[in-house]
Amino acid sequence: MAGLGLACLIAALCAFGYAAVAAFHGARTGDRRWVDSSRRSIYAAAGLLSVCVVVVESAFARSDFSFELVALHSSTTTPTLYKLTALWGSQAGSLLLWAFVLSVAASAVLFATRHRHREVAPYATAVLGGLGVFFTGLMLFADGANPFAQLDPAPAEGNGLNPLLRHPAMAIHPPMLYSGYVLFSIPFAFAIGALITRRLDASWIRSTRRFALLAWIFLSIGIMLGARWSYSELGWGGYWGWDAVENASLMPWLTGTAFLHSIMVQERRGMLKVWNVSLIVGTFALCLLGTFLVRSGILESIHAFGESTVGTPLLILVAAVLIGSTALIVSRLDDLRSARRIESLASREAVFLVNNLLLVGLALVIWWGTFFPLISEALTGTRSSLAAPWFADYTTPLAILLVLFTGIGPLLAWRKISAGAALRIFAWPLGVTVAVAALLVAFTDAAGEPWALAMFCVAAFALTGLAQEFARGAAGLRALNGGSYVSALGRLMGRNRRRYGGYIVHAGIAILFIAVAASSSFQTSRDVRLMPGDTVEVEDYTITYAEPSADIDPEEQKLTFAARLDVERDGKSFSLSPSRNYYSGNTGDPSAGPIRSFFEGEATSEVGRREGASEDLWTAMQPDLEPLDPLIAAVDRRLLRRLPEIGPEGPTPEQIEQMREFANAQGDAIERLAALYVANPLPVTFRINVNPFVIWLWVGGLVAVAGALIAAWPAPAARRRRVSDVYAARLAKELGRA
Amino acid sequence: MNPARKRQIRLVVALTAAVLLATALVYTSFNASSEAKSPSELLSGAVGDGTYEVYGKVVPGSIKRNGADMTFEIADRENPSVKLPVEYTGQVPDPFRDGREVIVTGRLVDGTLVAEKDRLITKCPSKFAAEAEEDPEHVIIDESLDGS
Repeated sequence: MAGLGLACLIAALCAFGYAAVAAFHGARTGDRRWVDSSRRSIYAAAGLLSVCVVVVESAFARSDFSFELVALHSSTTTPTLYKLTALWGSQAGSLLLWAFVLSVAASAVLFATRHRHREVAPYATAVLGGLGVFFTGLMLFADGANPFAQLDPAPAEGNGLNPLLRHPAMAIHPPMLYSGYVLFSIPFAFAIGALITRRLDASWIRSTRRFALLAWIFLSIGIMLGARWSYSELGWGGYWGWDAVENASLMPWLTGTAFLHSIMVQERRGMLKVWNVSLIVGTFALCLLGTFLVRSGILESIHAFGESTVGTPLLILVAAVLIGSTALIVSRLDDLRSARRIESLASREAVFLVNNLLLVGLALVIWWGTFFPLISEALTGTRSSLAAPWFADYTTPLAILLVLFTGIGPLLAWRKISAGAALRIFAWPLGVTVAVAALLVAFTDAAGEPWALAMFCVAAFALTGLAQEFARGAAGLRALNGGSYVSALGRLMGRNRRRYGGYIVHAGIAILFIAVAASSSFQTSRDVRLMPGDTVEVEDYTITYAEPSADIDPEEQKLTFAARLDVERDGKSFSLSPSRNYYSGNTGDPSAGPIRSFFEGEATSEVGRREGASEDLWTAMQPDLEPLDPLIAAVDRRLLRRLPEIGPEGPTPEQIEQMREFANAQGDAIERLAALYVANPLPVTFRINVNPFVIWLWVGGLVAVAGALIAAWPAPAARRRRVSDVYAARLAKELGRA
Repeated sequence: MNPARKRQIRLVVALTAAVLLATALVYTSFNASSEAKSPSELLSGAVGDGTYEVYGKVVPGSIKRNGADMTFEIADRENPSVKLPVEYTGQVPDPFRDGREVIVTGRLVDGTLVAEKDRLITKCPSKFAAEAEEDPEHVIIDESLDGS
């Protein structure tokens, strides 16, 4: 099986290589036959890499530990779902995923554009083929990156998947992020093709816009899942910690968002061409950097799953992309000059530009903060790092401005807006904002947190403006062909998915930022150490540590210590049960015995939480196991005496029997430990948070993704003409408004 | 004012704003960042009152809990006789115990490192860490445990 996989991988490398060369040759000579065969070669690579993925996944499913990848990242006790998702828990597996998604996305875009872009597409094919060569080459030639590497003899059991990654959100978080990263390579490749051929109108954008939007959707889902995982699985209580790898996924999201906006200006007004090609180059470089950061271990991070062997080649690729693209853009500056200029600051394109600058500014700040350990080491010789408060100081005002301009942009017309029109259109949003501000100051303690108050106000402004746009559009349609308001709204969305989908994204983002502001400014967090029977008051909650419990999962070799918290509020009561999971593991530390090792590796938290519309009660627990230390040490010593010394010739049948007894004794000891924990409770440190509005973070994220899906949904061919009629009508209307 | 001149002014204003922001960014980041220090460096007095990331080993027997707070001492890696008392509140990593290598972020107050909440990292050789990944031995030990 591994032979088949390896053969397919080598063949995929050749297919990508041939595609790159043939496409380039075809583009130079204008010979369509070369171009057609290069495209088919990309299809072939996609087929071959699919086989590779199937081979590796089937090895995971069968727990075939002759695959080094499987032995290192899975085990027979790993639950089936996580066996399959263990593929991207490793370096080799994530490279395979990268190459696979690249081949599929490249095939899709080349198929969709096979009758168009006779000049640009071949160069784009060459770029995509080159990227494919890079990633398949890495797997084949870099140390420890080959997913088909074999172990001989095959071990009987594998290492298992990092328990932190055994969470449903984590199962799909990495492929979402990777798909986002990879999909940005499509507009990047077409931008390069457009630059080379000097076909710098908006046609490359129209063909790849949907891929950029899809990339944005995948990145958004990936980021949200990561936040959700952090909130429910890590015991510190937050959804965003400005960790290097979190930042790495946010940077291309920000520049990608900027790109999705500024290309509209190029499509509508033929401006910002240099900006657009620079943005997509930057976004793609940040995507590669994101891949590199997870895999390099260069910055300390919870995600840096160890030193990697592919860091240097990835960094070289980033440098090559940046230098090559910059040189290309500079050499094409004359062709990129736009005929028009921004006429008025009170125009939609001017606001788009401001929003772009804010998004890129945010990305730059985050980039600086993320790489500051390296920057400071290079400048001063000592490594210094920046923590969350520094990030918050910069991102908070930028985010408020961003939401403000998100509110202004859709209200303005292209080119310019007259003072009278502005007054008409801003009256409602401004009025509502003032009312919201007054209500918040009068009835809540928002006035004590000016940044949060500002965010609530700009979000209210943006949401009202959006509601007004929907209302105006629907009213217009009703005036035209009657019907109910709801059906008019539906028709409105159907007719201009891109625009109204975009507005829904804006609404989602505004909701999300309300949640961020509320939860970060008005959170209550308490750390308390309790014994069973103890009670603590946090805000309006009376929380009693009712009783400890313990559980053993022999399948996963997992020991769980849990607590039942009885909560009372306003006469209503409910229970929460936060818990802590400990996994058996070999820690590499010889002093850690068979029981000790449970408490030395990665433990995971299961958060006990009650989510509500206005606030979440969030609890995590950590028992103080120190009093058990002497007992555990004694049990370990006794257990280890029963472990036979195995000679170099392998265990004798008698020794195998002894090892079986040892394993049973270990199991018994763990069971006794669990019983002891329940019978003689230990003090437990609880973190109890009251997090306002967090649920709206997830709601806002979902709304944004839904809006983006609406915007990305292809209009049926028959309707396209009608949609463009609507565009024309709207343009005429807007010109009239101006 | 003619449009060309107007554009020029706008450009100058935009560039000035960008330069000012960049300067602020550089300045604040050096101010707000925490430098990596050893306990000896910190105690030698040659430091300001900013926050530092202090690397060291937990002195055996020094861990004391008081409610959700904790105090312990960390010893210099190179010079183990230098000991720095630490006051800490927040999440305690599971592998934290006597003799472990830790990184604590905080500021020095009267010879004691007052740690920021949750800024305690315990270094631990884990089976999922890099060295373990490259060491197939671990797989074989696991096999013997299961007795299969």
